[in-house]
Amino acid sequence: MDNTTITNDIQFSDAAMAEIQRYISHYPPDRKKSAILPVLHIAQAEFGGWVSAEVQDKVAEILGITPIEVYEVATFYTMFNLKPVGKHVLEVCRTGPCMLRGADQLIEHLEHQLGCKVGGTSADGMFTLKTVECLAACGMGPMLQIREKYYENLDPDSTDKLLDDLRKE
Amino acid sequence: MGRKILTEHINVPDIHTLAVYRKMGGYRSVEKALKTMTSEEVVEEVKKSGLRGRGGAGFPTGMKWSFLAKPEGKPRYLVCNADESEPGTFKDRVLMEKIPHALIEGMITSSYALGARTSYIYIRGELMFVLRILEKAIAEAYAAGFLGENILGSGYSLDLHVHPGGGAYICGEETALLESLEGKRGNPRNKPPFPAVQGLYACPTVVNNVESIASVPWIVNNTGEEYAKIGVGRSTGTKLISAGGHLNKPGVYEIELGLPVEEFLFSDEYCGGIWKGRQFKAVVAGGSSVPILPAHLFLKTAEGVPRVMTYESLSEGGFVSGTMLGSGGFIAMDDTTCIVRNTWNFARFYHHESCGQCSPCREGTGWMEKILHRIEHGHGHMHDIDLLVNVSKQIEGNTICPLGDAAAWPVASAVRHFREEFEWHVKHPGAATQPGAVYRGAEEAALV
Repeated sequence: MDNTTITNDIQFSDAAMAEIQRYISHYPPDRKKSAILPVLHIAQAEFGGWVSAEVQDKVAEILGITPIEVYEVATFYTMFNLKPVGKHVLEVCRTGPCMLRGADQLIEHLEHQLGCKVGGTSADGMFTLKTVECLAACGMGPMLQIREKYYENLDPDSTDKLLDDLRKE
Repeated sequence: MGRKILTEHINVPDIHTLAVYRKMGGYRSVEKALKTMTSEEVVEEVKKSGLRGRGGAGFPTGMKWSFLAKPEGKPRYLVCNADESEPGTFKDRVLMEKIPHALIEGMITSSYALGARTSYIYIRGELMFVLRILEKAIAEAYAAGFLGENILGSGYSLDLHVHPGGGAYICGEETALLESLEGKRGNPRNKPPFPAVQGLYACPTVVNNVESIASVPWIVNNTGEEYAKIGVGRSTGTKLISAGGHLNKPGVYEIELGLPVEEFLFSDEYCGGIWKGRQFKAVVAGGSSVPILPAHLFLKTAEGVPRVMTYESLSEGGFVSGTMLGSGGFIAMDDTTCIVRNTWNFARFYHHESCGQCSPCREGTGWMEKILHRIEHGHGHMHDIDLLVNVSKQIEGNTICPLGDAAAWPVASAVRHFREEFEWHVKHPGAATQPGAVYRGAEEAALV
């Protein structure tokens, strides 16, 4: 689904619904709300990398809870994007150990190469650049995460190659 | 070469699979515990081992287990805290990624000891690729009869599930983790009641770190007495240390507690010394929340006693001249490190991650970050340095959970040990804000 065309008629794919039901089964029947984080992760992957209010409403409907219960969770945890993002979200760890190993320079390099600041999206809509706090890769920094994959021990050359590869996807 | 308990087979090809893990002796503890021991006997072995919580607090695991309330008619839960988010710490990630069955085996044996019928591994959401590995391994364990109904014909049944977090450091605090697992914001709970009495879904619950749980199979297989023979004093067994920062050989190392810190830092078997031939300036020994130490106070106590890697030795001298082993998140800093910038970076982290529930933490972490930002960026005043210490004292001990202390200690210790560097930044803002500028001592400061 396109990033900007979410409508109120939210429908998860059959595969996503099966995954949602699998997670719900992990908790006591009267504790379906426990599945909220896994379901939000599935929703974000399903609907273009972010969770709109309409998507959150759908999550509430599936779990049998009120929409506000979803909103307060989605806004608390940093992994959920609340506005549209680029095709690839680059999440650079900026915390202490990575900083010591060159995270600041990596962020500057990416800002230059993508033509946008942290928090922004490149003009072609391909990349959103974010910084995050500690990704448990402290010995392998500087690093960044794209979806479920870590890229570690980055330098300008390996970063540029990564961007080139992603542009071709 | 030190003894390896958790990582002995970590480099065996395909050790992430059940077949290879079993070939290396895996799941023996499940067979032994479920078929030949009562749950009380397993708890007793863990007590005898002296195993202390490997998440950072260092509380005795067996004692924690024995606090578990046993009301009639209520389920009990074991929840593994795999929400590893402490800057400097990446040991649990490596353990789960490389040898997932070690954790699963530990979860089964520990759940049996606690009488839990459903257990959860709460893993930080960012580690989704590790979650996939764990889920695959859990499916293998179910298929082999190590999970599910009537495990190995013992009459004991257990369901094990992995639960992803959503990106919140605070969920590493056990009550915040439980709130999160219940589908709420990760706001820590007031204690008491403790989770052992009212934990997940208001039922008796034990929350243990990955490394702690993964140590249980060895204890069951070899007895608590044997485990207690490894290490020094009350620091028994082995410990995973995540070594990062300015090191020749960063990585995760399993050490026997009691290893001399100098050997850990400089020997080729471990960190291989400071990178690029530079000098050792400072260290954060146990994750970003513990006090920073200058190099000389890390290698030897204020009394000149060489330190060893134990809970006791690293804390020798209290916070005046010591630190903590904590989670084992070891961050070494070379002589090009700007302590002010590093402290600001950590303060920014804690401000970002404060859940906002307690005023001292919510307001104080932001205040410290602002003060450090202006000192680092050339706009500081001399009185800001004392103000920093004052704010840190207002946070410490005044919050529901330990995040407040975790935010305060790095700042207070940085000023305590590196005050001259903070003063240099204030006195020489032009020089201090130059790219790569680092304070190297009073002699250089006089030349600026």
